Amino acid sequence: MKARIFVTLKGGVLDPQGKAIHHALSGLGFEGVNDVRAGKLLELDLADGTSDADIDAMCQKLLANTVIENYRIEKVA
Amino acid sequence: MKSAVIVFPGSNCDRDLAVAFEQITGTAPAMVWHGDSALPEGIDLIGVPGGFSYGDYLRSGAMAARSPVMQAVAQAAARGTFVFGVCNGFQVLTETGLLPGALMRNAGIHFVCRDVKLTVDNTQSAFTAKYEAGETITIPVAHHDGNYFADDATLDRLEGEGRVAFRYAENVNGSARNIAGILNDAGNVLGMMPHPERMIEPAHGGTDGRRLFEGLVEGLLTRA
Repeated sequence: MKARIFVTLKGGVLDPQGKAIHHALSGLGFEGVNDVRAGKLLELDLADGTSDADIDAMCQKLLANTVIENYRIEKVA
Repeated sequence: MKSAVIVFPGSNCDRDLAVAFEQITGTAPAMVWHGDSALPEGIDLIGVPGGFSYGDYLRSGAMAARSPVMQAVAQAAARGTFVFGVCNGFQVLTETGLLPGALMRNAGIHFVCRDVKLTVDNTQSAFTAKYEAGETITIPVAHHDGNYFADDATLDRLEGEGRVAFRYAENVNGSARNIAGILNDAGNVLGMMPHPERMIEPAHGGTDGRRLFEGLVEGLLTRA
């Protein structure tokens, strides 16, 4: 069983990395990009039967810093 | 007095901090490896040094904060032991939850490595007692992730409780309210991005960092 964890900066938290990427896209001539936010994707290979509560606890305790980040769990069959 | 410096894989200011502790307290600190689950007996002061613990993997300080030794550091902090986190050490202390907020990528994206001017905001803690309130001091910074962030309510609380120890006198990294260093509510834990241990003798180009360590020694003597 696999799970994908998407970690993103909370709205309103400045993302200088996203801004730099945005700037680089503009430099390449791509018009119409309003904003870029950078985040992380973590893929976990989990033992079958790992509970949702455990995956959530992993996010809370380590994978995301909930002071500045949100996370979303996507289970992959 | 007995001190300890925590060493993580990737720490690179642990020896600088050890030299400062030894020069000013008169005794060499115990160097404690991250995998140790206990600190030596009777430690009065713990230094969490700068560097790039665990290669800054996941987030700066995130892996180090979950290492066995940090459990022991958190327990010591709760008992009132002085804990001093510099640079990566500050990041580790926020990730551990010993200090509020988070250190994010510098707003200007660049790694900033130079002397900066700081204003001393709080002189009530042992860390800052040897400074004058409002005094401007010069201390070097060297970091990529020093942009202090906390929500407005937390920032208001920190300011209201006098827990901002140092502020940048100029915008160095985008930190909220120019915060460079903060204290915990009991005043025995300080985290700061600038490196006072790199400014303790004239050969360093200044000695403005020295009084922080002298204040700790005095604080411990008064406490004993």
